[in-house]
Amino acid sequence: MTAPTRRRGRALGLLVLRRLAFAVPVLLLVSFALFVLAKASPFDPVERYFGARIIGASPERVAQIRANWGVDEPVVGQYLAWLRHAVAGDFGDSLSLRQPVAQVIGERLGWSVLLAATGFALALLLGLVLGTAAAWRQGGRLDRTITTVAYALEAAPVFWLGLAALYVFALELRWLPGGGLTDPGAAVDVGQVARHLALPVAVLAISHAPWYVLFVRQGLLESFTSDHVVGARSRGLPDHLVVSGHALRTSLLPFLSLLGARLPELITGALLVETVFSWPGIARATVDAALNVDFALLGALTVLATAVVLLGNLLADVLYAAADPRVGLDG
Amino acid sequence: MRRRRLVSVVVAVGLVAACTSPGGDVTVDTGTSIVIGAGSEPENLNPILGYAPDGAAKVFDGLVSRDASLDLVPALAAEVPTASADGLTWTATLRDGVRFSDGTPLSAQDVVFTYRSVLDDRTNTTIASRFDAVAEVTAPDERTVEFRLSYPYAPFAQQLTLGIVPRKAFDGVDVNSAPFNTAPVGTGPYTVAEWRKGDRLVLRANEDHWNDAPAIKTVTVVFVPDDNARATRMAAGEFDGTVLPPKLAHSYTGKAGYRIVRNPSADYRGLGLPSELPLTSDPRVRRAINLGLNRQAVIDAVLAGAGTPAATPISPHLDDWYDPKASFAHDTAEAERLLDEAGWREGPDGTRSRDGQPARLPVLYPAPDVLRKELALAAASDIAKLGIDAPVEATTFDVMLQRRDEAANVWGGGDPYDPDTAAYTLLHSRYAGQPGYVNMTNYRNARVDAALDTARRSLDPAARRQAYADFQQAYVADPGWAFLVFLDHTYVLRDKWDGQVPQVEPHDHGLVHAVWWNIERWTPKS
Repeated sequence: MTAPTRRRGRALGLLVLRRLAFAVPVLLLVSFALFVLAKASPFDPVERYFGARIIGASPERVAQIRANWGVDEPVVGQYLAWLRHAVAGDFGDSLSLRQPVAQVIGERLGWSVLLAATGFALALLLGLVLGTAAAWRQGGRLDRTITTVAYALEAAPVFWLGLAALYVFALELRWLPGGGLTDPGAAVDVGQVARHLALPVAVLAISHAPWYVLFVRQGLLESFTSDHVVGARSRGLPDHLVVSGHALRTSLLPFLSLLGARLPELITGALLVETVFSWPGIARATVDAALNVDFALLGALTVLATAVVLLGNLLADVLYAAADPRVGLDG
Repeated sequence: MRRRRLVSVVVAVGLVAACTSPGGDVTVDTGTSIVIGAGSEPENLNPILGYAPDGAAKVFDGLVSRDASLDLVPALAAEVPTASADGLTWTATLRDGVRFSDGTPLSAQDVVFTYRSVLDDRTNTTIASRFDAVAEVTAPDERTVEFRLSYPYAPFAQQLTLGIVPRKAFDGVDVNSAPFNTAPVGTGPYTVAEWRKGDRLVLRANEDHWNDAPAIKTVTVVFVPDDNARATRMAAGEFDGTVLPPKLAHSYTGKAGYRIVRNPSADYRGLGLPSELPLTSDPRVRRAINLGLNRQAVIDAVLAGAGTPAATPISPHLDDWYDPKASFAHDTAEAERLLDEAGWREGPDGTRSRDGQPARLPVLYPAPDVLRKELALAAASDIAKLGIDAPVEATTFDVMLQRRDEAANVWGGGDPYDPDTAAYTLLHSRYAGQPGYVNMTNYRNARVDAALDTARRSLDPAARRQAYADFQQAYVADPGWAFLVFLDHTYVLRDKWDGQVPQVEPHDHGLVHAVWWNIERWTPKS
């Protein structure tokens, strides 16, 4: 290993440390803001907990649960109590679901990760293939079609796409099931889950692919005019080699940072898709937590989402730096 | 050309992971399994925290349960428990040879543990109010449980439907977040095979149940909160039965192989009339509003006829308690006369006023509830016809409670088991002015108080019936509410099983009550 590489390795390590250190105040701030927002919510957690049984419930019993939960304590106190336990790895119990938060998340997170990861991979694939195809045939019919569709899809809300897909493929054509993880009576196996996963993943991927398609296309078009590509062309290399070997390679670098930036969109998109397709992931628990002002569950979910976004961005930056030695590592 | 490309791209992506058609792996259908589409999912399956306190709990048995006509029958108790002469001690003797599904024998200690946990201040349960009368629960021996009450409470046996849990499952565990809450063990006709939260619950027959194993061996409950999605999946043949709003169920009329079941309920919707607002503080005005409502027209328009007019919190389906004389005719002439008599005179613009103060009664409903919205609009339009300005506003329960002294709120609730639970906290003046959802209209009527107290304390059924008749007469003469309707619950069911019988339903009709309240007794049609 040469000295400059070693130095760069150390700088990269420092970048990671710096970012991780920065993540701590961000997480604190986000989780505290969440507690303040939840406190301002028009819903009362105890009333939501009782549901219809609140009618006629004796005031003493209701007051007892308020006291058990400490819901009337000041928000700072509640936050600090939550934080003390959270730091020790104990996210407490979900009040609305009567389960430990770790269990609530554990039961559902896997299905959400499956959906989001598959959707992400498919969106990436679509982005690369269609983006390259469009740039290669710039101005042609294929390019015009791909760009038009991509712009149209960028404007279409993901839940709208989901409902449309549900209508076409589940209701009219009856090709794919309309919701759930498996058929009602069936056991969880790969075939069942794959069939039920197809529609939600396709919707998630299609709603995210346009950004990647247009980005890849733009990047390629720019690099077509750069020196090394012009040089390769003038050396008489075949067109497909120039595109895949020279142009695509350099234009992929900025693509990495786009991936990081799109992560929050991917998470919210996955939540909406889950709701439309009754996917048993974390989405419904998130909505329930918000409606029921379930501090413990809300706090854990927010920290989780924030951490994923921060880590995703860090990963994108590290990859970027590792791939391109010219990238500075100062900030 | 361009459009064809678009379509082919979309279709190609849709096909990426799927080429098979749905329903490729359906098992042979002999009627021993059933798939139910439910509108709501229980938060937990622990009776201590409030799961299925009125029985029909599938996974659990109570000391007693109910038959089709809602009479109490013994379950884990060998006989329906009775009270001592002073009404303060209730004794239950346990049935012999009952075991939990994990093999542990049932003992009196389990019963004591269940009830003590409900009464424990540290338990975050939603049903503790039901047991306010209980001072102590003890087990004199392994087969006997004694409940000591702090005041005589005649309907106490009605509360003994609560499911019994095994004490040993909670050794050293916090009840509020116990693993038991999602993976319970009971004595009931079914056991929980799998609960995938937000998706489905699979119940398996308990072959060792003391009252014979169910004929339907597997019950799959799929949770689909959205009415339209549930109707679609029922139409696609995914479900054997589901609950639907009357209008959506209508398309199954006369459809071969399906039945529509309409069960009456004690689930009321009504307007709470604020007794402190100058307009409605006069009993004559409250009576006038009750007479001005055309309840049957509201039921026909809003519920496609699926409901029964309501005058008091006691449902006409409760033959033991209901007094047919306690009802309101639709009589606008009498209503106008009463308003005139109370001094609220009609002005030139058709609106009534008294001493320059216009007659105004805002009607509030909780925004997400479509049914309450439609009821609010219908009722407000009837009230407006009497010359009372009745603007309708969408809001939340909290705001409804805050504004209960100046607005008529659309409330709902009620269960069919005993008039005490529906009427006492709602109308007894002891709860007037208290915080929370008790006596929300600050209603005060000494005759109503006396009748409710007598009924609560009388162990003699005839005396209770008389007291509730008195209560209904006194209430109708001075109504504190304008009760509108007892809802019917509508179901669509594949016609494959015998044994389904109607039962008057409470508000809750997800998995527990509803048309499948006695599913353990259903048998496949041959």
